[in-house]
Amino acid sequence: MAVSDRELAELVKLRPTQGLDPFKGVKKLPLEEFFTSGHRTCQGCESALVMKLMVKAAGPRTVVLGSTGCMYVANTTYYSTSWVVPWMHTQLGSSGSAALGASAAFKALMRKGKIKDEPINVIAFCGDGGGADMGIGAISATLTHPDYNCLILMYDNESYANTDIQLSGSTPYGAHTTFSPPGSKKRIMHHRWKKNMAAMMAAGHPSCRFVSTVCMSYPVLAMNAVRKALTIGGPTFIHSLDPCPKGWDYDPMGSHELGELAVLTGIWPLWEVEDGTLRLIGKTRDIADGRLKRLPVRDYLLKQGRFAHFTDDDIAYFQSKVDETWNKWVIPGVIPFQRDIAADQPPA
Amino acid sequence: MAEAIVPQTKQQPVGDKISLITGSEAIAVACKLADVDVITAYPIRPYDTVMQYVAKMVSNGEMDCEYIVAEGEHSQFEIVKHASACGARVFCGSSGVGWMYAMEALTVTPALRIPMIAMVGNRALDDPGAFGTEHNDALAVRDLGWQLVWVDSAQEALDTALIAYRVAEDRRVFLPCAISCDGAFLTHSQAMVKVPSRAKVDAFLPRYNRGDLLLHPDNPITVAPQANEDWLMEIRRQTAAGMERSPMVIREAYKEFAQIFGRDYGNPFFEEYMTDDADVVLVGMGTLSTPVKVAIRQMRAEGKKVGFVRVRWFRPFAAEDLAKTLGRFKGVGVIDRDFSLGSPYESGVLTSEVRAALYPAANRPPLLGFIAGLGGREVTVPDVRKMSDMVQQAAAGKPQPATTWIGLRE
Repeated sequence: MAVSDRELAELVKLRPTQGLDPFKGVKKLPLEEFFTSGHRTCQGCESALVMKLMVKAAGPRTVVLGSTGCMYVANTTYYSTSWVVPWMHTQLGSSGSAALGASAAFKALMRKGKIKDEPINVIAFCGDGGGADMGIGAISATLTHPDYNCLILMYDNESYANTDIQLSGSTPYGAHTTFSPPGSKKRIMHHRWKKNMAAMMAAGHPSCRFVSTVCMSYPVLAMNAVRKALTIGGPTFIHSLDPCPKGWDYDPMGSHELGELAVLTGIWPLWEVEDGTLRLIGKTRDIADGRLKRLPVRDYLLKQGRFAHFTDDDIAYFQSKVDETWNKWVIPGVIPFQRDIAADQPPA
Repeated sequence: MAEAIVPQTKQQPVGDKISLITGSEAIAVACKLADVDVITAYPIRPYDTVMQYVAKMVSNGEMDCEYIVAEGEHSQFEIVKHASACGARVFCGSSGVGWMYAMEALTVTPALRIPMIAMVGNRALDDPGAFGTEHNDALAVRDLGWQLVWVDSAQEALDTALIAYRVAEDRRVFLPCAISCDGAFLTHSQAMVKVPSRAKVDAFLPRYNRGDLLLHPDNPITVAPQANEDWLMEIRRQTAAGMERSPMVIREAYKEFAQIFGRDYGNPFFEEYMTDDADVVLVGMGTLSTPVKVAIRQMRAEGKKVGFVRVRWFRPFAAEDLAKTLGRFKGVGVIDRDFSLGSPYESGVLTSEVRAALYPAANRPPLLGFIAGLGGREVTVPDVRKMSDMVQQAAAGKPQPATTWIGLRE
């Protein structure tokens, strides 16, 4: 017998959320800021913009938990915190646990009448090192708990940018980092392909009702993803690609453009999965529907010093791998696996 | 007919239920009585029995808490750490290498002034594998701001858990506390336990109040920012001051506990057994008290004046008090159920601490260290007699090795 949403909500005693409606456009955004001055991020830091717009989307009745990384070290210098909402440091691999713990505490205390009963947003953020590498187990565990409302947001600047730009499981193939410097004998030190983190979270966690990729070059889409993630209930996950002037080696004024290029080259597809339904979003949808032609990855790669050592062959290889995600994956740009056409034929 | 006048603390308290339960179950019951809000579990023997009892109480509706099975000890401790920051009373626990797996979370917990209560079912660290008790797991956090207490009976486990909440959550302290229960000997051994009423517990244990440290939209603070060398030392000093105030708060709590519950543990920091007229004493922690006490009674029958001092609170360590007590005797033998390789005189951890405590004392008797009962190996009555004899030899001026491994195959 199928269990209705309402019955499920009763089973896990899910608490109501704030019911945040989507913003209707950039001119309709609230003026209040909950991430303000005081931070020490680099010029052109896209992740700082993620923090600012994430909490603008969430509003004042929000608790933010931040795992170790740029957005901890640069934003919370003692006596000059940039956070207007309550904020707490969590360990590098603990964004999932932090979200779960805060949400569980509010749930228990409200049920027992120990604090005022109201929906409080819980957001835990992590970088790609804290999320896709060290914290992936805790995030995965949290996404299996249907009974706790929380959002885990991974800001992905594609390296351990706070500790001197070391490669992470989210660093793209071939990128120059301090742990993968091109040398006279080995041009390509980093042979691993970037983890498909958001799709992994969406595909592997049936209790997680909302997963989305975002990029702050498309800020209203990103903020509405945050609002939807906080409204739908249960644990949710957002993966943001953040151009990083220091780690990617480009002029700080290029952040916005590089974010756009990541989407337009098809390297960073924008999509969301809501209750098991996948939607491609914005320019990514235009590409998939044939209204927009994917730009060559060369336009994206050669604007960044971290790929300056790439030869034409390297660029061609990178292009072929991106093409593969669009031409061969079972869901283009999102879910890998190629259909075995022969085996798919019905038996004779 | 005149009634016998019984001091308040000796009266059979009204309303206690007597149950045959293990040390683990006693702590689970304490969590229920303390109305703990968030509990996280992860399996490792032998501590995990406490979580099995918690799970059963939750499923039977006897206990109202968020009960979360984590995916590893690190998350287990991180979840309750954050829950506690948001104002929830929390409970957690582990054993052996599980405790070590949580080490990063354990490190930040006292620094964040999180009054978490954890149970350590003491277990030998890997490798090689052993389920049995060894104290190195809990002792690994001894420098970090955790209050550490060892108990030796299920009753003491229950009582100490209630006391631990009261002490840890006292704003003068605000530091976590780990209650060590020897694996198997206590975690899995049943004894008759007086289970107090919720009303008594409510009278003893105030609600957890995080005050201006609460993480909540009504109190928009930034917790644990990047302080660097500008301020880290001052913040560290505040944590140290909390630990320095802990002994006073522990004394207060035990005193009030005796008044409300009718069980008086005397000196909270260590128990003295047949020490009044003793020539020499043995010192140890946890359940080795049983064979030691049996052996002492045998030796007493033979005219050997041996006593025992069982250390309860290892952090804070009652150095002056203990040094004064030990100074009364002609010889001291410290039994460590742990090791500290390469330490001064190759001693165990407790021996080194006792030796350090004695250094400024006016009276410093000869002190021998013993490593015994590792990996859950039984400390036998003959073992205790051997240790006691060596201490008596040392007291008589015959030099003995500083450290001896006891019960070891040659």
